[in-house]
Amino acid sequence: MAEYYSSFKPKGTRWLLQRLTAAFLVVVLAFHFMLLHFVNHAADITFMGTNMRMQQSGYFLTMVLFLITATFHGVNGVYNALVNQGLSGVPKTAVKFGLTAGGLVLIAQGIRVALAMAGVS
Amino acid sequence: MSQSYDRGHIEDFSRWTEFSAGMWAWVLHKFSGWVLIGYLFTHIAVLSTATVDGATYTNTLQGLESLVIVRFLEVGLLAVAVFHILNGLRLLFVDLGLGLDSQDRSFYASLVLTAAIVIASVPTFLAGVF
Repeated sequence: MAEYYSSFKPKGTRWLLQRLTAAFLVVVLAFHFMLLHFVNHAADITFMGTNMRMQQSGYFLTMVLFLITATFHGVNGVYNALVNQGLSGVPKTAVKFGLTAGGLVLIAQGIRVALAMAGVS
Repeated sequence: MSQSYDRGHIEDFSRWTEFSAGMWAWVLHKFSGWVLIGYLFTHIAVLSTATVDGATYTNTLQGLESLVIVRFLEVGLLAVAVFHILNGLRLLFVDLGLGLDSQDRSFYASLVLTAAIVIASVPTFLAGVF
């Protein structure tokens, strides 16, 4: 049996959410790369094309969910990596609130961008 | 049952020659994760030009795509993303108790598959920039 070390509390909510978002992101990140690099080449992206895609409610919701899950997965991953390196006490609390605030700002700005792309002013 | 053990400090770079496949997988997964979250913030910042007007958004993206360095950075981003996806899938299977006896081989497979996908994608990523 391989030895196991993790900063996650086994069976904790964040542990589960990190894995659930991972399973979702594996599919959506691959889809995002395929669509915007192979189906539509990045160099040919225009606002008109983006606008057409974002006006489809299914695509819009997928992208917003992609933003939220990726932000959670990334910010939670960074937090756990730092805890894994020995972060504790007041710096740990400061980092937790800093990352949470940064994540929320990113999601808010991302949704603002998504609405602009969909032509909602 | 989980147990903790002393892995030493990752900052002790002289230890890299002693790294096992598992340690390399850990290092590369953390590295690719840091790159991806850094990129996510940058990506939203660039796409924020859409809030100005359509022409600014189109000109910004096409201007960036006309730079050779950006195309190479995108290939690097693809490498990082594909490795994080494949190694992440491996970790999800390990969490489910699947493939515990072949973790080394599945890590090597994720490296080889990442290299194959990235090399095959280079022509698409560099198309039209030279």
